[in-house]
Amino acid sequence: MSAKDRSKEGSMKAITANRLRDGEVVFLGEGGRWVESFVEAALFQRAESDAVLAEAKAKAEREQFGVDIYAFEVVEQDGVPVPATMRERIRTAGPTVRLDLGKQSVGTQAA
Amino acid sequence: MNHIAPGARAGIYHYDEIDRQFVAERVEQFRKQVERRLSGELTEEEFKPVRLMNGLYLQLHAYMLRIAVPYGVMSATQLRKLAAIGRKYDRGYGHFTTRQNLQYNWIKLEDTPAILNELAEVDMHALQTSGNCVRNVTTDPFVGAAKDEVVDGRVYAEILRQWTTMHPEFTYLPRKFKIAISGAESDRAAVRIHDVGLLARRNDKGEAGFSFYVGGGLGRSPFVGKLVRAWVAQEDFVAYLEAILRVYNQYGRRDNIYKARIKILVHELGLEKFTQEVEEEFERLRGPKYRLDPEIVEGVRQHFAPPPFEELPDHSDLLERARASDPAFANWLAVNVAEHKAPGYAIATISLKPAGGIPGDATCDQMDLVADLAERHSFGELRVTHVQNLVLAHVKKDELYDLWRQLDAAGLGSANAGLIGDIIACPGLDYCALANARSIPLAQAISARFADPVRQRTIGELGIKISGCINACGHHHVGAIGILGVDKKGTEYYQITVGGDPTLTTAIGDILGPAVTETEAVDAIEAIVDVYLANRSDESERFIDTLRRVGHAPFKERIYAAD
Repeated sequence: MSAKDRSKEGSMKAITANRLRDGEVVFLGEGGRWVESFVEAALFQRAESDAVLAEAKAKAEREQFGVDIYAFEVVEQDGVPVPATMRERIRTAGPTVRLDLGKQSVGTQAA
Repeated sequence: MNHIAPGARAGIYHYDEIDRQFVAERVEQFRKQVERRLSGELTEEEFKPVRLMNGLYLQLHAYMLRIAVPYGVMSATQLRKLAAIGRKYDRGYGHFTTRQNLQYNWIKLEDTPAILNELAEVDMHALQTSGNCVRNVTTDPFVGAAKDEVVDGRVYAEILRQWTTMHPEFTYLPRKFKIAISGAESDRAAVRIHDVGLLARRNDKGEAGFSFYVGGGLGRSPFVGKLVRAWVAQEDFVAYLEAILRVYNQYGRRDNIYKARIKILVHELGLEKFTQEVEEEFERLRGPKYRLDPEIVEGVRQHFAPPPFEELPDHSDLLERARASDPAFANWLAVNVAEHKAPGYAIATISLKPAGGIPGDATCDQMDLVADLAERHSFGELRVTHVQNLVLAHVKKDELYDLWRQLDAAGLGSANAGLIGDIIACPGLDYCALANARSIPLAQAISARFADPVRQRTIGELGIKISGCINACGHHHVGAIGILGVDKKGTEYYQITVGGDPTLTTAIGDILGPAVTETEAVDAIEAIVDVYLANRSDESERFIDTLRRVGHAPFKERIYAAD
């Protein structure tokens, strides 16, 4: 099931981290791989997100890949899943005051 | 290596070999710690306190590295290095902070040891910019140049740098510890909002010493520092501070981060009991071991000897001709230039607050330009202010017009020091992991609304300070108008306070009413200004004085009348 389809089922969550070596914001994608774009982030039902998060944390620490790993709420806006809070929208795109910086500057932000 | 040669410049402390070896050892130590973290030998839990002790935070988009600018004073060489690092390892800019430091926002952990190594080449580092230690000591940005100076604050700030660095008793305090020193009669360092604030004062015999204020601070529990001792001799300066820190170390709370600052201890113990504890400790410490040796003080003072000022007439024909022919320059002169103690010289504030710009941000090209201008016009040194501007402290009056034209061409010529456009704003939710709301867009909208320099001068002295969360890095509590960003069910709101004051008459602002939206906030600020202009007794009555005279009612009424 694609991320887009699954977000329609109700309250969804995505899992995010900062990459250890460079601090880049990453998201847990399909198949447990970390991706840089929220567009490719896997979405999880609220009920399953705790277990997925625990597993992602353990794996990221084991592989020295990511830090500050947590789940955040996703809502649907105009048929597209977007982070529910301003904080996560900014992490997903970049600073609202510098559109030339962050993921928004290279086209890897939220769709 | 590109160390600053001793004696090459006045006004900058030159590291000796002990300083350099220490910094080099810390860089090497951190390089190995980073390697061990990346290899998995250290967990994040083990590594986090280590990286914080080297100024490296994890923020929203990346790591943030905070570089110490000791007491806000640096050389042109050091600023050029900051610009070079910003280009090579960051995104071509840096952010000057209310602690007179510089932050990069897009740093990679794997690059950090190399960055620290490059900083060490110019005697810079990121030590004491994080963690529960004595942080970088701040002081008056006009130090060494101001007409009302009693003592040179750099001398004592540098003594504190040497005294506190790696001090075993003060490396793991209950919480961070901020000290500010003002060596002048006026307070340009906001000393009474610091854990310890020092104001240079003379006693009845005319001897220079310090008044000690303790327990100031902003954050979720704002307090104005309380006078613990009206006068401490310079020779007892370190002993008295050590006594304060010992009392804090002994009684400060470590069980609750929100109650761990010394301001809470002073508040809970009460000023009388706290002072008694400090005085008893001071009596125990006082003696040859803790007496500041005049020779040591003199040795440090030599580093800050006045630059070789020329003997000049105080009047400059060149300056007067430029003032008469160029209204924009005349405006900058009136707003951003202060009197200097040496005839024929002036103190120039470089505003990092262009209308609609991001307060405190400077591009690497701008940093290079300011470094060049510092070398050309101010003996190769400059200062960072706690209101996020830069200062060239020793500019010949004859050269001010030339200086301003170069600044203005680079977007650094705004004439708004101390006016409504000179807004302090923390990075807020655009960068900071702790923030609840954005600060910068509001600062941009307000400075754009009041962009007209004539209107700004008509309004006069009025400090707006914006924080994106209750930690108050934007000093909102002491803004004549303060703005605190809050999150209400996912929407940013802004709480407005009025009556804050960071000067000798320090005051915490009062909340005016319910929080407003971002758009409403800009209109509300304009309404407050309109009420002030309508109520001031004459053009010389400042906003803060009108507010104190007429009270909050007319302001509240105007903003919340429709509710």
